[in-house]
Amino acid sequence: MNIKKRGNAPSINASSMADVAFLLLIFFLVVTTIDVDKGITVKLPPWCEGPDCVTEAPNSQILSIKVNAANQLLVKGTEIEIGALKERTKQYLLEKEKKSIISLQNDRATNYDTYLAVYNELKAAYNEVWEQEAFKQYGEAYERLGTDQKREIRKIYPQVISEAESSDFSFVPAS
Amino acid sequence: MKRRIRKPRKTPAVSTASLPDIIFILLFFFMVVAVIKNQDLLVEVQLPVASELEEIKRSETVNHIYIGYPKISSTKSKLSGPKIQLNDAFAEVDEIGQFVRANPDNALTMLKVDEAATMGLITEVKTALRKANRLKLNYAALQGMKN
Repeated sequence: MNIKKRGNAPSINASSMADVAFLLLIFFLVVTTIDVDKGITVKLPPWCEGPDCVTEAPNSQILSIKVNAANQLLVKGTEIEIGALKERTKQYLLEKEKKSIISLQNDRATNYDTYLAVYNELKAAYNEVWEQEAFKQYGEAYERLGTDQKREIRKIYPQVISEAESSDFSFVPAS
Repeated sequence: MKRRIRKPRKTPAVSTASLPDIIFILLFFFMVVAVIKNQDLLVEVQLPVASELEEIKRSETVNHIYIGYPKISSTKSKLSGPKIQLNDAFAEVDEIGQFVRANPDNALTMLKVDEAATMGLITEVKTALRKANRLKLNYAALQGMKN
């Protein structure tokens, strides 16, 4: 009988491997979302019931900001445009320094968009005040300071934004 | 004198043999990095625009809460106001406590709220979070300038 000699197994043509890999690559490129979530970070006050958790502060000290159902702003009894809120807050912070307390009140029907815009302005005011102080004290941008130095600056201008519980209120200017 | 004229040399062809390897490395990179979104949003969420944003670290545990108007568009759903979505279903405010307690105390809660939503529901959600002692909150927003 004739035994056939086995030749080498034919090699698989791998030239299309690159194409297959390319297709997969393009699929993952399209599907991937590398962008990280971003947002305004807020620290909520702990839940507390009873009368002793309310800290009273004299009205004259507080910068009270109210936003009504029609998305209008009232800062310390005077109506204000949202564009002017940052300057107003900065002015207040520079004046009151350690004693600054911002109270933010909104109506149940206030638009989230407006609420966040107001919060954004307040944050911007704090950031700018901290930035100024960082340059004054250390001659550097706030972002580049160490944790201790940042804490020092935050001590001078502590971020106190109190959000009142009441969500239904009429637009009566506070005295 | 006889000068020899040089024949122009052919440049050697670039070997493409390593091309598949390079592509494979890229492929693996994207496969690892890819986060395939498998969550179906039942509510319409158009994030508001803000400028003072902070990035969320990848290492952080995050609870996602979506608030917006239901996607199935009918005038009735628009009138009934914004709804909460937890995981893959609609939920009520009193389910939030249980939802966030599944993650540890220092977990961050990310509120992805439609810009057209009203504050009433959001205030209730905030109260629920405070009661559940999950105090780190983040309002998701897009980077940009408001005009």
